[in-house]
Amino acid sequence: MNSYAIRVIYKYEMLRAWETLAQSFASPVISTALYFVVFGSAIGSRIQHIEGVPYGLFIVPGLMMLALLTQSIANASFGIFFPRFTGTIYELLSAPVSFVEILIGYVGAAASKSFIIGLIILATAGFFVPLQIAHPVWMLTFLLLTCISFSLFGFIIGLWATNFEKLQLIPMLVITPLVFLGGSFYSVNMLPPAWQTVSLFNPVVYLISGFRWSFFEVADVDVGLSLAMVLGFLGLCLAVVWWMFRTGYRLKQ
Amino acid sequence: MTAIISISNLSKTYANGYQALKNVSLDIQSGEILALLGPNGAGKTTLISIVCGIVNATGGKVTVAGRDIVQDYRLTRSLIGLVPQELTLGAFDRVWNTLCFSRGLFGKKPDRAYLEQVLRDLSLWDKKDSMLMALSGGMKRRVLIGKALAHEPRILFLDEPTAGVDVELRKDMWALVRQLQASGVTIILTTHYIEEAEAIADRVGVINHGELLLVDDKQALMHKLGKRQLLIEIETPLAEMPAALADRPLELSADGRTLIYTYDPHRPQTGIDELLQALRDAGLTIKDVLSTKTSLEEIFVNLVQAKP
Repeated sequence: MNSYAIRVIYKYEMLRAWETLAQSFASPVISTALYFVVFGSAIGSRIQHIEGVPYGLFIVPGLMMLALLTQSIANASFGIFFPRFTGTIYELLSAPVSFVEILIGYVGAAASKSFIIGLIILATAGFFVPLQIAHPVWMLTFLLLTCISFSLFGFIIGLWATNFEKLQLIPMLVITPLVFLGGSFYSVNMLPPAWQTVSLFNPVVYLISGFRWSFFEVADVDVGLSLAMVLGFLGLCLAVVWWMFRTGYRLKQ
Repeated sequence: MTAIISISNLSKTYANGYQALKNVSLDIQSGEILALLGPNGAGKTTLISIVCGIVNATGGKVTVAGRDIVQDYRLTRSLIGLVPQELTLGAFDRVWNTLCFSRGLFGKKPDRAYLEQVLRDLSLWDKKDSMLMALSGGMKRRVLIGKALAHEPRILFLDEPTAGVDVELRKDMWALVRQLQASGVTIILTTHYIEEAEAIADRVGVINHGELLLVDDKQALMHKLGKRQLLIEIETPLAEMPAALADRPLELSADGRTLIYTYDPHRPQTGIDELLQALRDAGLTIKDVLSTKTSLEEIFVNLVQAKP
């Protein structure tokens, strides 16, 4: 195992976030604060409690998920796409590193950044609503698993994309709608029965539901199912990455 | 000397069907400077990219220090440094950080003193905290060399190191290459500047259309293929070649003022003495005589043109 290589890739990626501090950490915090102002305070004050939880508090897990998913994908996809775009990937390919080491470096750094952002958003939320976390360990577990699996997904997008437009395509056209329709701002139980069934085909529903359960013990679907879905998605991403590396997809001619 | 890199029957066909390398076999000796000469698209970069692990070969085998580059990639790649053709650098990195990154990537533990020495040798020490995008083209080229040397490689590939580089920097680069050779590093450089191969290489390989046309000691190559020409300027211009001289390997220049005699200097009889006598017998007055040596460039052009 080339541990020095993992270390320098990880450090390089984290340094990139540090040097663009405003973009990396401040922007998710600001956008989350805006959601709280609009949905939590302005509109939320006129909405009844949802399943016994005040609306402002109810949206905290969903907002965290929204930021985690978009940030994990953005960080990881850009991290591997940029060297491909500038051509500096040659160094990575000519170095005595295995694909597993490359993956640990890039995905590890992207997941770490999202994890930190998740905690910062949680702290920001604390300024607007009195936080309550029923199962802190499960909360952190869901947080970590989500960060890792969506960073892996972002890594796949970063390898697949051949230009900057494609890099934005999936986050904008797939992920954002899925998160918004996945119960970030409402409970799936509030929907008409037909739409509840449709929602069950949205994988993000399981993610948000499980995460929300760790806060309020309130869930749209069984928490075990949520955990299984996250792990399943993680496994799927790992399988795709393994195939990409094995075939040298978009990396080696 | 022993072969540090051994390439046998290497071929590469890209997905679009383009055959970049056709059964190339080549042994590179430890400690030598080998210049791979060839026009654009000849297959030089593909050859380098395969040895370095950037491109997968379609067929054939490459060993570095006796180890297979696919099975023992960790060992073989750790011995190799690569300076790519393009100025590919992350714009927002700093010189020092990018060297530290390269060293770590190749599995070497941090060594500030060594990296400082590399930067000093490349006259980049005072730029160590500069952003890469703020550097000039020549400095970026040197940073790339620094990155390639950061992990103390035994073999250095320089892919067209002096493309688009001014004369002074080119001379500096050659001095650096010689200095690296003196420290025991094997150097393989690709170039389409023949003067570069002529100036610094020990051996020259000529590649065209994915085939290695020849590899030979530079001096031997020039000796073997180098012809000389004697340019004889005559007092009165000639309209055509005099009949008495027609059976000799002579050409008349377009303006009729110069006779060009091509000969092999390594033969015991060059025929010059005889020729001069024949010119006088033909009643020609010689004004000036100039002897020219075929350069590597002409040898190269002849080779490349011979195999279209």
